[in-house]
Amino acid sequence: MPARLIGYRWLSLVGIAAVVLIWTVAAELQVVPELFLPHPRTVARTLMHITFTGYRGGTLPYHLAASMRRVLVGFLLALPTAVPLGLAMGYSRRVRAFFDPLIEFYRPLPPLAYYTLLIVWLGIGDESKVALLFLAAFPPLSISAMSGVASVPAERIQSALALGASRAQVFRHVIFPSCLPSIFTGMRVSIGFTYTTLVSSEIVAATSGVGWMVLDAGRFLRTDVIFAGIFVMGVTGLALDRVVRLLERRIVPWKGLVE
Amino acid sequence: MTNMPVLQLRNVDYSYSARSGVVPAVERLSLDIETGSFLSIVGPSGCGKSTLLRLLAGLLFPDRGEVLDDGQPVTGPNPRRGIVFQKPQLYPWLTVGKNVEFGPKMRGLPRVERKRLAEQYVEMVRLTEFAKSYPYELSGGMQQRAALARVLANDPKVLLMDEPFGALDALTREHLQDELREIWRSTGKTIVLVTHSVEEAVYLGTRVLVLSDRPARTLADIPVSFSTNGTRGLGREVKARPEFIKVREEVLRYVWT
Ligand SMILES: Nc1ncnc2c1ncn2[C@@H]1O[C@H](COP(=O)(O)OP(=O)(O)OP(=O)(O)O)[C@@H](O)[C@H]1O
Ligand SMILES: [Mg+2]
Repeated sequence: MPARLIGYRWLSLVGIAAVVLIWTVAAELQVVPELFLPHPRTVARTLMHITFTGYRGGTLPYHLAASMRRVLVGFLLALPTAVPLGLAMGYSRRVRAFFDPLIEFYRPLPPLAYYTLLIVWLGIGDESKVALLFLAAFPPLSISAMSGVASVPAERIQSALALGASRAQVFRHVIFPSCLPSIFTGMRVSIGFTYTTLVSSEIVAATSGVGWMVLDAGRFLRTDVIFAGIFVMGVTGLALDRVVRLLERRIVPWKGLVE
Repeated sequence: MTNMPVLQLRNVDYSYSARSGVVPAVERLSLDIETGSFLSIVGPSGCGKSTLLRLLAGLLFPDRGEVLDDGQPVTGPNPRRGIVFQKPQLYPWLTVGKNVEFGPKMRGLPRVERKRLAEQYVEMVRLTEFAKSYPYELSGGMQQRAALARVLANDPKVLLMDEPFGALDALTREHLQDELREIWRSTGKTIVLVTHSVEEAVYLGTRVLVLSDRPARTLADIPVSFSTNGTRGLGREVKARPEFIKVREEVLRYVWT
């Protein structure tokens, strides 16, 4: 890592330390009641407690696993369906004309609006949750794949044709790889949005998951659990994004270096 | 060198339909391109040079008239007619070697054969050391050489080039001119080169075609011979000779009218 970045990384750490410091001082001085702002020490202790002993019948790893399963299943079902559909939409006007209005209609809807409908159809188990997360994951993936196709330079396709590639070969060997940077951007947006939707999905009829844990803790004014839950969700969200970025760097190292 | 034309344009019209109306880019253009010749095309910006090249490539089709390749109407892009654009258009996910192998692979050549071809042409453009590098790790001039090798690996009869050196610095440009000249001499391919540089056109061509402002028509068609005498590495010297300057100025006069 270049020295420049290490310098900036220091700044990031200083920023985080400053927030923790202000938080600690505020808690020590009891600026606000402990109920509203638990002491960092309490939050750390609660974190240990729910990790090993658990919260309302499940340990933190158990809740986290339940949440991750929902997010990942939803996302991993969307990936192999949304990307090919998006590519087809980018390639064929007909396919786009057919699907675009449908996706554009449901995309801006708040997920909770149709979640109730999914529960009526699929029941209160994990199926409706996964379906909701699938629908949340879908549009960023299909749209990024579609716009990826549209932004392949025409000359890149023409040079491939002039090198003897058939239309199908052009699609597989030129258009698809050209779209990968855009698809990865879509994957990051998609994971982020899916993860945000997760908490909504766990509001209704759940007894597991970090989202549920935080919501449930709110009902009992357990702010320490809320803080611990939010911390865990934040770290997990960062980790998910980091995984996609690592994959991105391995698979599309040319991203940003070539127009 | 035979005098059989490999490519022919017969009374070709082509116009674009833009929002502002119909833009005629090429009008009643006829042209015979002889096998083994090196045709340079110059003309004012926006006159229709790229359009002409695309018609020859089979990327565009004439509104009227016909484009013939060995007497047969052109029906689309074909590996017989390789194209090099101003931007190298290499595939960033493939190494230089794999880029050069692309054409032979698409055409279904056996692995051993296409590896051999890739090696041979990577060497021809002196990039052997970088065969395993990715295009974005190369300079602009090296990328353009790789693009040239990629097209040559398909063994096209004709090489269509649209300002291939336009984006390069003057020194690299002169080096690549000499390399292209050498490749033309050693392979005997027919080359059609669109360029903004009259000097380049006169230096490399066996014939310089000067096009009029849009729609493109032939203003002048001048045979030249600096590419057939004169030796490699003497580029600057050739370009400084009085007889070279005389021809260059003659061509320039047409471009300016
Ligand atoms: N896709 C297009 N749609 C509409 N008009 C176009 C299109 N491409 C080119 N033209 C028009 O056709 C004319 C000829 O374009 P062309 O690209 O062949 O010019 P050129 O001689 O290659 O120019 P330059 O030297 O600047 O590259 C231009 O004046 C332009 O207005
Ligand atoms: Mg042009």
